[in-house]
Formats: sequence, structure tokens, C-alpha cells
Amino acid sequence: MPRYDPNKIAMALPLKTADASQTEDFESDPKIVKFVVVKKREEQAKEEVTSFEEAMLPHLDAAHNLAKWLLRNEQDAQDVVQEAYLRAFRSFSGFHGTNGRAWLLTIVRNTSYTLLKKSHAIDLTTNFDEEIHATGHDSVSPATILEHSEDAQLIKEAMDELPAEFREILILRHQEGFSYKEIADIAQIPSGTVMSRLARARAKLKERLETRIGMEK
Amino acid sequence: MNCEEAIKLMDGYLDGELDPITSQAIEQHLRDCARCDQAYKTHGSLIHAIGNATPYFKASAELGERIQSSLREETTEYPVRNGVPGAQIQFHKRQPEPRSILSEIPWNWLGLAAAITLAAIIVLNVAPRLQRPEADRFLATQLIASHVRSLMANHLTDVASSDQHTVKPWLDAKLDFAPPVVDLSQKGLPLIGGRLDYLDNRPVAALIYQRRQHFINLFVWPAGSDTARSTKAMARQGYQLLHWEDSDFNYWAVSDINDKELQEFKQLFEDQIPHH
Repeated sequence: MPRYDPNKIAMALPLKTADASQTEDFESDPKIVKFVVVKKREEQAKEEVTSFEEAMLPHLDAAHNLAKWLLRNEQDAQDVVQEAYLRAFRSFSGFHGTNGRAWLLTIVRNTSYTLLKKSHAIDLTTNFDEEIHATGHDSVSPATILEHSEDAQLIKEAMDELPAEFREILILRHQEGFSYKEIADIAQIPSGTVMSRLARARAKLKERLETRIGMEK
Repeated sequence: MNCEEAIKLMDGYLDGELDPITSQAIEQHLRDCARCDQAYKTHGSLIHAIGNATPYFKASAELGERIQSSLREETTEYPVRNGVPGAQIQFHKRQPEPRSILSEIPWNWLGLAAAITLAAIIVLNVAPRLQRPEADRFLATQLIASHVRSLMANHLTDVASSDQHTVKPWLDAKLDFAPPVVDLSQKGLPLIGGRLDYLDNRPVAALIYQRRQHFINLFVWPAGSDTARSTKAMARQGYQLLHWEDSDFNYWAVSDINDKELQEFKQLFEDQIPHH
């Protein structure tokens, strides 16, 4: 992928008329220099868009899916994804990693949170202090939950009731299959807290499912 | 390890994210404690089921187009985005310099020297690229195109079946070779079906496996006699490609899952092939 050095690019800036008058020391005609420079710049810009698109457009579905789950609204999700792609494009020259999907989703995630914060749609400091009981005293039996666990609509409703940080971690793990390390990078949390947050998210989701199944009965 | 610790680490264990020693300690505890073992099994199947049933919201084609046009607008508005902010080249009037040795050399000689240097730079930079096996890159492009087309045109499979005993005979009948087809659904990689494709100037078998919401196209054709057994991994256009060979076949796996998962897929696939 062609990367260019900012200093070299600076040389490719258009010559201002004022500058052009000062180029008398150059042996070439300033108009020709300007033309060549502008053409080169256009080509480089085009090349950069192409290489960005090749690297990032394959992850459009993942980007949209994450935004949709975080924002719970199609229009917002589309706006955020578009904004995130533009942001990603602007900083693409700084991306030298190999995990393009994780990098893009980090930007999608941050852009989503900016919008959520702006619209006060979330309480970012969700605290769930309750103990997790993976076993025992459930009002709905595990078999019953399992029976309903293929009901996409039910799962969507239960997911939507969770705080954003739980929805996010469940999507990153279950749908995108990211490792704990990758999740820590994307969600910007210490690696050590990924497991406990994921466990709490799953327990909470299970609890929401139980409540919904209980209501249906 | 006691029950409390085992429950606390259960998610990490289910996700395969614990170190080997802790994993072993949990396994030991699960063998000893029926209650925790039961909890582990329930939790595991629940997580699995939820993961599968959670809707995945794909982007509309229109959103893709909107993004592409906004990127093009972006480059026309701010054509040079990566320069240092505010960086403007300053053309200062050249200061009258003391006569140096340079000014005595005729300019055309300097021009020639510059041309030679430039040619040397081009040769040094471009030559190694030309030495890379062009054939592989061309094949990789074909493979990705085929993968993308299969997902795009709603033509993922010619024979849609998760049963290897349906897919294999179908492919055998259409091709002049019998590709191995294995069932990996127990490993979270259900077989979706098979397809005929044309690559590298020959008909090939494409097997489609699913990893959560992602598809893996595995292209298979007979190995040539002269090919060395090698494994190659590459990433292109955001896709991962993995190539390997065994005594009979050439394999190319293409997907948008990450390299590690694709390697795991390869391992699982190889483990299931009946060895002769």
C-alpha cells in the first residue's frame, strides 16, 4: 500500500500566485510545475481512496452491525458508520496494523459513543454490583431458556435492554469472534476486565431473557 | 480449585481464553463436581445458542454507495489531508550563494547524475516486487473475486446441504476428481454447501463453511506433481487467504475472519480428513 511522507506531500501543494512569482529561480515554467503537481496530487488522492476502500469496505457489515446494536436506530447507525469511515480515511495513513476490522470497529465504537453521549442516551457509568449466580434458584429452568434462545426477536428485545457496554462486548465476542485482547483494544478497557465484563453481560442477558420468558408464560 | 473460583473463570474457560494451567485446573474441578459441570454445560449451550440467534444487521448496498461517494467528495474538498496541518511550502528567494563547485559543473551533467540516481532507486524498489511470484498474486485476486462474487450474487452454493454425504457425491459427479468434504459443525463451523467454480484454468470445488456470521470459501483442486508442500497465508483487500497442500490436493481458504481463526479452520479440516 503506498504511503507517503508528509514532507513529500507538502512539496505537492499547489503553488499560489504569490509563490509562483517567487519561483523565478526555478528553471521550469511555474505553470508547468503547477500542472504536473496538481495532476500528481489527484492521482495520489485517487490511489489512496482505492487502497482504503479495498482494505475497509469488506468490513462494512461488521461496522453497521455494531453501530446498529449500540444506537438501536437505523438512521443513527447509518450516519455513524458514514462518519466513522470518513474519520478512518483521514487517519488511514497512520494505520499500519494488520487487523483492519478491529481498527475500523474501534472508530465505529467511538463515533457511536460520541453520539450516544451527545443525546444523553446512555448512562456510561453502569454499575452492576450484584453477584453472578450461574447456577441455582432460577425461576425459569435453563431448559426453558435454551428453548427460547433461538428466538431472534426475543433476544433482540432482551439485548436492547442492556447497557451499551454490555451490548458492545456481546457483539464483539459472539458475532465478530474477537479475542479478549482485541476486545480490550476496541472497547478501551484493561485486558483483565474483559472476562468479568463479558460474564456480567451474559448473566444480565440471561436474566433479561428469563424475565421476558416469564412474562410470556 | 473450589466452586466459586470455577464459576468465576467459567466464561474465560468457555471462550478458550485461559492459560493451560488454569484450564486444566477447571477441567479437573468439572470432573469432580457434578453441579459445576452441569452449570458449565448449560452455560455453554446457552451462550452458543444466543450467539447464533442474535440478529446480524448487514449494511444496505445504498450505505456502501453513500460512503464511497462521500470519500470521493472528501478528496476533492481536501485533496491533501495527510500533510502536517498548516504546512505550506515556503518558496524563499534563493540567497545569493558563494560560488561553489556545483556552479562550475554544467547543469546537464547534474541532470544526468540525477537521472541515473532515480533509475537506480526505481530498480531497487520495483525489482524485488517483480521477483515475487506473480502467479500467486494473480491467483489470490481470482480467489477473492470468486469469494466476493459468491456472497454478492446470491450464488453461494450449487448444492446447499450441511450433510457431507450429500455435498461430496454431488461434487464428485461434476468434477474429474473427488474432493474431501468433512463435517465441522461440532466445531462451530457448519458446512453450508458446495459449488463449482473455475480457477487457475480448471474447474475446482468450492466448499462453503460458516463461522458465526462469516463465510469461508474453501477451494479445492488436485495438487500438481511438482508442487512443494507449503503453507501460505496472506491478507489482501481485507480478506484472509490461506493456502496449503496435502499429497492429493491444493487448498485455498478465503474469508473475512481473522488469520488465527482461518488457521484453526485449516487445522480442524485437516484433522477430519480420513488419512490413507
